[in-house]
Amino acid sequence: MDFASSERAGAHPKEITSAKIVVAGGFGVGKTTLVGAVSEIEPLTTEAQMTSAGQGIDDASKVPGKETTTVAMDFGRITMADDLILYLFGTPGQTRFWFMWDELIRGAVGAAVLVDTRRISDAFAPLDYFENRHLPYMVALNCFDGAPRYEPEEIREALAIAPNVPLMLCDARNRESVKQVLVGVVEHAMRTLVAEQGRGFPAPVG
Amino acid sequence: MGQPIDPRGNLVRPYAVTRGRTEPRRDIPIEAVMVASQAAVQEARFAGHDKYRIAVLCEPRAQSLAEIAAYSRLPLGVARVIVADMVADGMLSLHSAAPKEGFTERMDLLERVLSGLRKL
Repeated sequence: MDFASSERAGAHPKEITSAKIVVAGGFGVGKTTLVGAVSEIEPLTTEAQMTSAGQGIDDASKVPGKETTTVAMDFGRITMADDLILYLFGTPGQTRFWFMWDELIRGAVGAAVLVDTRRISDAFAPLDYFENRHLPYMVALNCFDGAPRYEPEEIREALAIAPNVPLMLCDARNRESVKQVLVGVVEHAMRTLVAEQGRGFPAPVG
Repeated sequence: MGQPIDPRGNLVRPYAVTRGRTEPRRDIPIEAVMVASQAAVQEARFAGHDKYRIAVLCEPRAQSLAEIAAYSRLPLGVARVIVADMVADGMLSLHSAAPKEGFTERMDLLERVLSGLRKL
């Protein structure tokens, strides 16, 4: 039986690697728009459910009085080669669902924090989160029509973003612009990896 | 794909379809992809509605755990239990998520992703 199983699985012999980039930011900041601008599929939604009973209860729905919270995440897909797929995951809008963020960033290449210049304070929680995690991230200012324009360095100062964290302007509706954001995330991840590799020596500045 | 829409919708008790089990037999990352062979699809015909749908979904092209959950309208945790069973039973082959260790392996992947993005 086991032999037969592995033969069936061997029908597609090529190992397919999948990578993911996380897109974070406050509610309504344009995360799903950004994902949709480059995804080859309409952004999909996956739901995770958490009960106050937590793990270990076989079926919380059988236990009266236990509340179930549903957390929704939107995501998209870019098939880069027959053995490489990139997924883009938007974090749940409400930052209180940290448990889901932990799952999302596990194994991620890096993250982009999307900022709406009209509601800059929404970015504090995601920025704090990434600051405390070992994941390369960059900041992208989504330029909404009619939103106040600031110099990127004003925003960096207002949000106390570290000098080594890249920051750029973007238009989440625009495919080219979103491409540049994702390229920026991957390049930053590469720089971070090289710096880690060379730890013990002074890391390059800038 | 001519599949009937699941009439249970969101009313199904989350873990009823796994007979109450909430712990998957193995951890599967949300972005890890699964593939089903044609033979596995035939076998899954007799494995129940959810498993058959999942096998059919993963036959023409690889699908991540997140996509399987979304297309099957199952909560992520429930999909993970079912998919882990199908992997254990040989109905799905599980492919690798991004390497977490090793400078060369990680850098190679980043370079491939970067080049893929630039070609978009």
